[in-house]
Amino acid sequence: MDVFLQQLVNGLSLGGIYALIALGYTMVYGIIELINFAHGDVYTLGSFFALAVLTGLGVSGEVHGPALIGVVLVTVLAAMLCCGLTGVLIERLAYRRLRNAPRLAPLITAIGMSFILENVMQLWRGPSPVSFPSVIPNPIVHLGPIDIGAKQILVIVTAVVMMFALQLFIYRTRLGKAMRATAQDRDAAQLMGIDINTTIALTFLIGSALAGAAGFISGVYYGTTWFFNGFEAGLKAFTAAVLGGIGNIAGAMLGGFLIGLIEAMATQYIPQGAQWTNVVVFSVLVLVLIFRPSGLLGESLPEKV
Amino acid sequence: MTPLLRLTDVRKTFGGLVAVNALSFEIEAGAIVAMIGPNGAGKSTVFNLITGVYEPTSGAIDLDGRTICGLKTHAIAGLGIARTFQNIRLFAFMSALDNVMTGRHSRMRASLFDSLLHTPAQRGEEKRVRERARELLRFCGLEREADDYARNLSYGHQRRLEIARALASEPKLLLLDEPAAGMNPREKSDLIELIRRIRDSGVTVFLIEHDMHLVMNVSERITVLDHGEKIAEGLPEAVRNDERVIEAYLGRETPAG
Amino acid sequence: MKFGRERPFAVLPFLVLPLVPLLDRNNSHIDFLTNAGAFILLALGLNIVVGFAGLLDLGYAAFFAIGSYSYAMLASQQFGIHIPFWVMLFVASVIAAIFGILLGAPTLRLRGDYLAIVTLGFGEIVPQTFLNLTQYTNGPNGISPLDSPSLFGHSFGFSATPYYEVMLALIALAVLLATNLQSSRLGRAWMAIREDELAARHMGINTTTAKLAAFALGASFSGLAGVAYAAKLSLVSPDQFQFNVSVLVLSMLVLGGMGNIWGVIVGSFTLSFINGFLLPQSTNLAHSMHLNLDFTNYRFMLYGVILVAMMLFRPEGLIPSKQRRAEFREAKLDPALAAEEQGEYTLGPGPGAGTGG
Repeated sequence: MDVFLQQLVNGLSLGGIYALIALGYTMVYGIIELINFAHGDVYTLGSFFALAVLTGLGVSGEVHGPALIGVVLVTVLAAMLCCGLTGVLIERLAYRRLRNAPRLAPLITAIGMSFILENVMQLWRGPSPVSFPSVIPNPIVHLGPIDIGAKQILVIVTAVVMMFALQLFIYRTRLGKAMRATAQDRDAAQLMGIDINTTIALTFLIGSALAGAAGFISGVYYGTTWFFNGFEAGLKAFTAAVLGGIGNIAGAMLGGFLIGLIEAMATQYIPQGAQWTNVVVFSVLVLVLIFRPSGLLGESLPEKV
Repeated sequence: MTPLLRLTDVRKTFGGLVAVNALSFEIEAGAIVAMIGPNGAGKSTVFNLITGVYEPTSGAIDLDGRTICGLKTHAIAGLGIARTFQNIRLFAFMSALDNVMTGRHSRMRASLFDSLLHTPAQRGEEKRVRERARELLRFCGLEREADDYARNLSYGHQRRLEIARALASEPKLLLLDEPAAGMNPREKSDLIELIRRIRDSGVTVFLIEHDMHLVMNVSERITVLDHGEKIAEGLPEAVRNDERVIEAYLGRETPAG
Repeated sequence: MKFGRERPFAVLPFLVLPLVPLLDRNNSHIDFLTNAGAFILLALGLNIVVGFAGLLDLGYAAFFAIGSYSYAMLASQQFGIHIPFWVMLFVASVIAAIFGILLGAPTLRLRGDYLAIVTLGFGEIVPQTFLNLTQYTNGPNGISPLDSPSLFGHSFGFSATPYYEVMLALIALAVLLATNLQSSRLGRAWMAIREDELAARHMGINTTTAKLAAFALGASFSGLAGVAYAAKLSLVSPDQFQFNVSVLVLSMLVLGGMGNIWGVIVGSFTLSFINGFLLPQSTNLAHSMHLNLDFTNYRFMLYGVILVAMMLFRPEGLIPSKQRRAEFREAKLDPALAAEEQGEYTLGPGPGAGTGG
C-alpha cells in the first residue's frame, strides 16, 4: 500500500509534465486537426533554451532565497517565449501552406519538422544526455509513509494552474472566443471577421509556450535532458490528449495524469515493468483509439446525416 | 408475388432526433418509383438505410423477400442495390472508364492471387469488364469522355457517369438521389429518357427528386415523406391532388407543372 | 494497355543490372548496391500500403524486423533450427503478412491520421518486444551469426555478389507483382477507397478485406527484404528497426512519388546513394581537407527536409503517378473541394460519416 501511494505521487508528477505537453497537442488538433508531430521536440527545445538561459545567468546548482524566484521566472518566461516563437515559425513555414492540402500532407510535414528539430538539437548540444542544474531546492516532505519532493509538488501544481489559466483564456477572452469559433467552423469564423491566420498562430504560440514551460520543469525534475527526449514524451503526451478526448483542455490534463499513473504503476507492478512501460502506454493509445476514439471527456459526435 | 423491396415499419433515430418513423412501402420489380418531400424530410436517410450506411433503429427491410437489415453496405451492393449520391461522389481522380469498371467490382471474380499474377482468367475478365464499361458509357452518352478524369467532366456528365457506374454492377434496384439537381431543361429531358431506358433494360428505378415536372413525368408511383413519415402514396395524379401533400409539402400553391 | 507498352523497358534494367558485379569488382560497391536493394524492396512494399491504398503506415519497420527476426530464429544456432534461406524467404513473407493483418486489423476503423499514429505505436512496440524478450532474442545483443544461404551446395560466404543477385531477383519479382496489382480488380478497389471510401463500399468493395490485403502484401515485401538483409549481415539486433527506418522508407516514397513504382525505386535509390555514399564520401573529402565536418550527422535533417520540402513544393514526388499529381495539384487549386473532403473526414467520429442530405 505504501508503495502504491508512493507510485501514485510519482505518477502524478510524471503525468503533470505529460499534461503540459498534451495541452499543446490538443489545442492544435482542436483548431486545425493536425497531429503536430514536432510538438514533442518543441518541448525538448524548451529544456535546451532554459539550459542556455541558466548557463547565461551562471546558475549551475540550487538557488536559494529571493534570487530563486527571479531565476525561475526569467528562465521559464524565456523558454516559453522562445518555444512559442518556434511554434509560430513552424506553423508559418511548414503547415500554413498545406491547410487545404490532402489531409495526410501536413502530418508528413510535421514528421519532417520533428526530424529537423531533433537533428538541430543534436548538432547544438551533442548526441548524449546533457545534465541540467537542479535550480530549485528539493526538500522532502514526509506525509505518513510516502515521501513527496518539493519538485513533485511544483510539477503537479504548475500543470493544474496552467490548465485553469488556459481554460479562463479560452472561455473568457475575445481571443479565446476567436479560437473556439475557428475550431468549430473556419469559414464561418472568417466571415465573422476573425483573422484566421492570427488565431491559428496564437494557438501555436500558446501551445508551444506551454511545452517550453514543460521543458524547463522536466529539466529541473530529472536533472538531465537529451535531444531525443521529445519523441517518446511527445507520443505519450499525444496518447494523453487522445485518452482525455482530443480538443478538450481538461481532457488533456486528465489524460496526462492518467498516463503518468499508468506508467508509474506499470513500472512497479509488471515484472521488469520499466522495460515494458512504452509497450503499455502505446497499447493504451491503440485501445482508446479503437474503442473510444472520442476519449474520456470528448463528446462522441452523432454521425452526420 | 413478393415485391422487390419492402420496408416494414422502419424507424431511425439519431440521438433524440427521429429521422424516419413508421415507414412502410413496397416497390414492385420493373417499376419507376419516386419519393418526394420537403428538405429534411428524411429522404436521403431512407436511401442510407436501404444501402446499409445506417441500420434501422427498428423495423425491417427486405430485398426479394430476404432481409437486408444489418448487412454491410458492400454486401447489400452485391445483392443488387446500386445508387447515386445527392452530392456527386465519383472517384474524382480516376478516369470515367475506371469509375465504371470499379462499379463492376461486386460482379468480378478475380481473387487476390489473380490480381497479383494476372492469370489468364483475370486478363479475360478485365477485357470483358472493360468492354462492358464502354458499352455502359455509350448507353449513358459518355463514350467520348471515357479517358477523362471524372472530376473534369461537366456537371451533367458527372451525374450520368454516376448512373453508368451504378449500372455496372447489374443491379436489380437502382437508387437515384436527386439525379436532375443542377441540370438544365435539355439535360433533364435526356435524363427522363435515360431513366426509361434503364427501366426497359430490366432495372427497377427508385428516385428522390425535387423537380416536380420530372417526377410527375417519369414515375409510376410516388411516396411522399414529411418529417420522416409517409403522408401519401399513390399514382402521380392522386398525389398531386392530395390535400395533405399540398399542405405539408407544396404549401397552398398547386404543384409546379 | 499502358503497361503493355512499358513492359519491354521495365525488363531492360533486370537484364543489365545482374552484370554489374562483372564490371565492378569492388566488393564494397556491390555491398552498397545490395543494401540499397533491400530498401528498394521495403519502399515497394510500403508503396502498396501508402501509395496504392492510401493508408499512412508509420511503423513499417516492424515488418522488416519481423522478417529479419524470423530468419534469425529459424536459421541459426539460436534454437538449433536451420531452415534453408530459400524456404525462409517464403516463410518469412507469410509470417510478415500475418502480422500485417494482425496489426492492421485494429486500425481499419480509424481515420487516416489516427491510423498513422497507431501504426507508429506498433512500430515502437515490435522492436521493443524483440529487445525485451531477452531469453529468445538475446535482447540488445541481437542474434548472430545466421546461416549463410547456399545454392546448389555453394555457400554464399562473405562476398556481396550472390546477395546482390538475389536482391535483384526479389526486386524484379516485387516490381512485377506491384505492377500487376495496380491494374487489377484489387488495385482499382484501393484507388477507389483512397478517393472516397463510402462510395467504394457502395460499389460492393469490402473495404476491410481490401485494406487488410494491402497491409498483408506490403508486409510480405518487407518480410522478403528482412530475410535477405539479415542473411547478408548475418546479424539482427533491435536497433536496426527503429522509427527512423520507417521514416526513411517513407521519405523514399515521398521523394520519388507515392503510388508510382518507378518513382519509388528512383527515390529509394537516391536516398540510399546519398546516405551510403555521398555523405560518407563528402565527410572523407572534408577530412582530407582538414575540415572537421561530419556530414553523416545530418542524415536525419536530410529526411526531415525532404519530407517538408517535398510536401510543400512537390507533393507528388519527383516522378509522380499521374493520378497522385492531379490529386495534389488540383485539390490545392480548388479549396472548396479540399474543404469538402476535409469536412467529410472531420465531422464524424468514424469513417463513412455521411452521405449528405
